[in-house]
Amino acid sequence: MARIIGGIATSHIPAIGKAIAQEVQQQPYWKPFFDGFNPVHAWLEKERPDVAVVIYNDHGLNFFLDKMPTFAVGASDLYRNADEGWGLPVSLPFPGYPEMSWHLIESLISEEFDLTTCQEMLVDHAFVVPMTLLWPDGRPIRAIPVAINTVQFPLPTPARCFKLGKAIGRAIESFNEDLRVVVIGSGGMSHQLDGERAGFINRKFDITCLDQIVDDAATLSQMSVAELVLMAGVQGVELLNWLAMRGAMTGSVSEKHRNYHVPISNTAAAVMILENDTVVG
Amino acid sequence: MTVAATSSSLQDAYDRIPGTVVFDSRAAMKGYALNKMCYSFNSRENREAYRLNEDAYCDAFELNAQQRLALKHRNITELIEAGGNMYYLAKWAGIFGMSVQQLGAQQRGITEEAFKEMLLRAGDQ
Repeated sequence: MARIIGGIATSHIPAIGKAIAQEVQQQPYWKPFFDGFNPVHAWLEKERPDVAVVIYNDHGLNFFLDKMPTFAVGASDLYRNADEGWGLPVSLPFPGYPEMSWHLIESLISEEFDLTTCQEMLVDHAFVVPMTLLWPDGRPIRAIPVAINTVQFPLPTPARCFKLGKAIGRAIESFNEDLRVVVIGSGGMSHQLDGERAGFINRKFDITCLDQIVDDAATLSQMSVAELVLMAGVQGVELLNWLAMRGAMTGSVSEKHRNYHVPISNTAAAVMILENDTVVG
Repeated sequence: MTVAATSSSLQDAYDRIPGTVVFDSRAAMKGYALNKMCYSFNSRENREAYRLNEDAYCDAFELNAQQRLALKHRNITELIEAGGNMYYLAKWAGIFGMSVQQLGAQQRGITEEAFKEMLLRAGDQ
């Protein structure tokens, strides 16, 4: 059976992709952020996952407002990146795992998560940046993208995303192949690009989130979307991806690594590694 | 039993968030044409076409007068008022090389330097 060997949450700010392309990771502005990934690389080297389930939000590359799925799962053998319009270099494609995607889809829909299935799916920076941060020297891994709508309100509630994550966890661990799986939650932390409150960052709330993601995610998931926007900023709602990742883990997890740094571009940036204390029930 | 939130109570909750326009049903209805145009800027050819003839490009997407004026002003606050969504507007802003710091500064009514300084200070809190 497949086994979840850990969960990783990381920011996906487009500027990170540009910094990698320009190789400025060791400049003073970037170093405190990129150095936070050294322990992640060591952990991945030791744990060697075979598959990454990447929970992220599309920002208008694959999905537009004409058809906006609340939850969508990729079922392709290859996921391409493309021009997003603001000058990010286009990444090489990412190999998928359609058999496992369909297993996830069948399992999730049988649990009443009526999601959208995508046999073609462009993946944007919210997928690409975490993959590049985690595997800077190439990606010996197959990926399954899971997209959560953060563009068109109403968004799914934090509680629903947490439950989706739990169902994803059960789906992964019932896949009948001997695989090591890492679940990635993309985005965050607090930030807001639009409105008079543009540039809003809430360090206190972010730290509370990081703590609660580890040991009290059920309480965190009881927030409403409006409360989340108030506390984390409009784009800080990407915490939904983190909650889904956390849901895929068991009730009790150990925090193996954390780095929090402000600011990267307009955003509070963070990375975190979680390991399950027991097998998913 | 919990009573499900109605759309008006959801909107009230959004409207109480200071300095923020949540992209809800109201914005979706108002801004569809504008957002559709901005979504088209994922393509380099379309960005070029817009740069060459903004009015013709806006005609093709049937933008209203408010949206056209906001575009001419290069003003994000006005574009959001006209129903624009920030994710799509960022693609439009990319045509002119406007960074998210410049956009943030414009919306706050401060200089780009002051905006960047504010972000740096947010790390010290």
